[in-house]
Amino acid sequence: MYSTAQLIKDSKPKIANPPLFGDVKEWYFPDIDCSDQESYEQFSVFSKVEYLKLMSDSPNPSFRTPLPHVMILTRIERLGAWVLDSIQYWGKAWIFLWRILSGIFSPPFRARLLFQQVAQIGFHSTFVVALIGIFTGAVLAVQGEYTLSKFGATAFTGPAVALSLIRELGPVLTALMVIGRSGSAITAELGIMKITEQVDALRSMAVDPMKYLMVPRFLAGVIAMPLLSAIFIAIGIFGGYLVAVGVLGLSSGTFVSQMVSAVGPVDVYSGFIKALVFGVIFGWISCFKGYTCSFGAIGVNKATTQSVVTSSVCILVTDYFLTSILTRVFL
Amino acid sequence: MISVRGVSKSFGSQVVLQNLNLEVAAGKTTTIVGPSGAGKSVLLKLIMGILEPDEGEIEVCGYNITSARSEREKNEIRENLGVLFQSAALFDSLTVYENIAFPLVERKGLKKEEAHERVVHLLRALSLTKYVQKLPQEVSIGIRKRVGLARALAFEPKVLLFDEPNTGLDPLVGQEVYDLISESQKSQGFTGVVISHELPEVFQVSDRVVMLLGGRIIMEGTPDEFQQTKRPEVVQFLHGSVEGPIHIQ
Repeated sequence: MYSTAQLIKDSKPKIANPPLFGDVKEWYFPDIDCSDQESYEQFSVFSKVEYLKLMSDSPNPSFRTPLPHVMILTRIERLGAWVLDSIQYWGKAWIFLWRILSGIFSPPFRARLLFQQVAQIGFHSTFVVALIGIFTGAVLAVQGEYTLSKFGATAFTGPAVALSLIRELGPVLTALMVIGRSGSAITAELGIMKITEQVDALRSMAVDPMKYLMVPRFLAGVIAMPLLSAIFIAIGIFGGYLVAVGVLGLSSGTFVSQMVSAVGPVDVYSGFIKALVFGVIFGWISCFKGYTCSFGAIGVNKATTQSVVTSSVCILVTDYFLTSILTRVFL
Repeated sequence: MISVRGVSKSFGSQVVLQNLNLEVAAGKTTTIVGPSGAGKSVLLKLIMGILEPDEGEIEVCGYNITSARSEREKNEIRENLGVLFQSAALFDSLTVYENIAFPLVERKGLKKEEAHERVVHLLRALSLTKYVQKLPQEVSIGIRKRVGLARALAFEPKVLLFDEPNTGLDPLVGQEVYDLISESQKSQGFTGVVISHELPEVFQVSDRVVMLLGGRIIMEGTPDEFQQTKRPEVVQFLHGSVEGPIHIQ
C-alpha cells in the first residue's frame, strides 16, 4: 500500500510539527476508504505502527518522539494481541494432545508404524544415549568423590552417582538428548509433509493423519523415553563405577553395597514417572510443531527450532514441579 | 454429483469465495479456471472437506460434507473422492508401488497380496512398471504425476479432483497427463473437477468450464463458449494479457 520510506520522504516538505495520528490518514491516505468500522480499525492498527516508525525514523528531530497516547495505545494493543494469540495457540495445542490421546484407543491400530517409530526414536538413539551416559556417570563419580572427600565420606560416592542418575540426570539428560536428535527430526518430517501436501493427501484418501502420523510418533516417544532413560542410568552407573574404582581407587564392594542399600524402589519409580512424562511432552510438542508448521523452508526452520526450544524448556520446568511433587508423595 | 450452494470463505479479512453456487454433472469433467488467488484451490479443499466454509453447503455424491461433524463421517464421504495434487504429494518414504497400494492397504484394509492385482493393473495402465521400486524423489515430476494419478484411481473413485495437473511440466509431458486424464475418464467414467490456469490447453479435457475471479463465478459455459466470448476478463485471461480489467496481484 505504501512504504515507511516514502512516508518519511513525503513528510519533510509538508509538516513543520509532529502530526497527530488522526491527521496521518487525512494527509497521506485520503483515498483509502475507511467508511465502515472494520476497515477503519484495520487501517488504524496498521497505521499506528507505521506512524511510530515514521516518527522514530524521521530525519526531523522534532518528529522523533512519538506521541505518548499513541505509544501507549499501540503497546496495549500489541500486548492484548499477544495474550489472545497465546491463549488460542495453547488451546489448539491441548486439543491436539486430546485428539492424539483419543486416537490411541480407537481403531485402526497400526503396530507396524509404532515399531518403526520406536526403532527410529529409541533404538537409533541408543548409542548416543549410552555414550553420554557413560561420561555423565564418570563425571559424577569424580565430582562426587571430590565433594564427599571434604566430609570424609567418599564411601558414599556410589549412592551419590546412582541417586543423581536415577532420580534426576538420567531422565532429564536422556529427554534433552532425544529432543535434539529425534524431536527436531519429527518436527521437520511432519512440517515437510504438511507443506508438500502429503498430510492433505492422507486426508483426501480418508486416512486420519492424527492416527497415521501422530499417534505412532507420540506413543513411540512415551515407550522409548523410559527405556532409553534406563539404559542411560545403567551405563552411567557403570561409568561411575569404572572411574571410582579404577581411577580414584575406591573399594568395589563399598561402591556397590552402599549404592544398593541407598537406592530404593521409590527412587526408581520417581525416575520412571519423570521419563514417562518427558516422553509425553516430547511426542506432543514435536508433533504439534510439525503439524502447525507454516509454509516454506523458513516455516520448517522456525518450527524445528521452536520444537527443540519449547520441549527443552517444558521438560526443565516440568522437572522442577515433578521433583517437588514426587519428593512429597514418596517421602 | 457435486453441488456447491451459497459457499463463502474468508481468511481473516481476506474474502476468498463469495456466495458461490456450482453444479458439477455426473460423469462429466468441469474445469475451474481463474488467476492465482481467485479461490480455486480453496474451493477444491472445501470439496474435500479439508476446509470448512463460513457459509453455505457442499454436497458430494449425495452426502453433505459440510454438515459432517467428525473426521470419521468426512472420511466416509471422502471414500468417493480421488485427488491428484499439484505436486503429486507422494509419500517420500514409500516406493512408487507402495504409494499406489497405500489407499488400498491403509483405508480399504486389504492385505498386500489382495491389493497387488489392482496395483499391477494401474502400473501397467499408466506405464509405470519400470519404476515400481523407485522412491518419488528418484523419478521425474511427470512420472510423479502419473503415480499420483494411479494412486487417486486406486480407490476407483466416483469423483476425481485435479489440482493444477500440468503445473511444472513441459508441454509434452503436460499433454501426456491430459491424455491420461481423458483415457482414464473414458475407461472409469468418473466425474472430474480440474483446477487449472493453463488455457486453452485444459479445454481438451473439459465438458464445462467455470471461471472464478475475486471469489465469484464470472462465467460458466462450454469450452467453445469460452473461446468465443467477448467478456473482457475472459478474453484477457485467455490471451494472457497484462492489460485489461484483471489486475495482477
